[in-house]
Amino acid sequence: MKNPLDSLGQTVLLGFILTAVVVVLIHVISA
Amino acid sequence: MNEIVTFAWWVFAFRWFHVLSAIMWIGLLWYFNFVQTPTMPKIPAELKPGVGKFILPEALFWFRWGAMSTIVTGIILGWMNGYIGEALKLGIGDHSANLTAIGFGIWLGAIMWFNVWFIIWPGQKKNLGLVPAGDDEKKRATRIAGLASRINTMLSIPMLYCMLSASHGVF
Repeated sequence: MKNPLDSLGQTVLLGFILTAVVVVLIHVISA
Repeated sequence: MNEIVTFAWWVFAFRWFHVLSAIMWIGLLWYFNFVQTPTMPKIPAELKPGVGKFILPEALFWFRWGAMSTIVTGIILGWMNGYIGEALKLGIGDHSANLTAIGFGIWLGAIMWFNVWFIIWPGQKKNLGLVPAGDDEKKRATRIAGLASRINTMLSIPMLYCMLSASHGVF
């Protein structure tokens, strides 16, 4: 399987997905 | 003079240097990932040393010291603002989304700083021949440094969301 980090586009996409995960965590932790 | 150079001004000054340093660091990180790495395979062999021997060492100097300056000014800024301890605990129990956000931002930035100084730079030292390494070792170190650089590019997106949202009224 190809490493997604070898693709710049997939790296950026993962960055945005991770942002969504972090935003959810911020809301859960600070609730 | 005293009315201008207040404590609040010093806090701002450290924020200014923090952002200047961060632009130097993340600007070069994105240069490596968005420009240099994708372009290298297209560069004719006789021109490649121009990048590898001249541009790369210079860019890596400003890159790693930009990272160092960013984390040092960031820690001082968090301490001057009185929230560094709570932020490092991700604001757990404080019920403050701003504290939790800046906490995540600090930890993401710290992971990125660690990657620069303890994975990318040691790998690049082998790649550049500053540290002796066999061909296989050089290849392996360069690959690991490249992946760490890509991880930092990925982490820079949520890191900047956390840093900016914590102080711009998002929460």
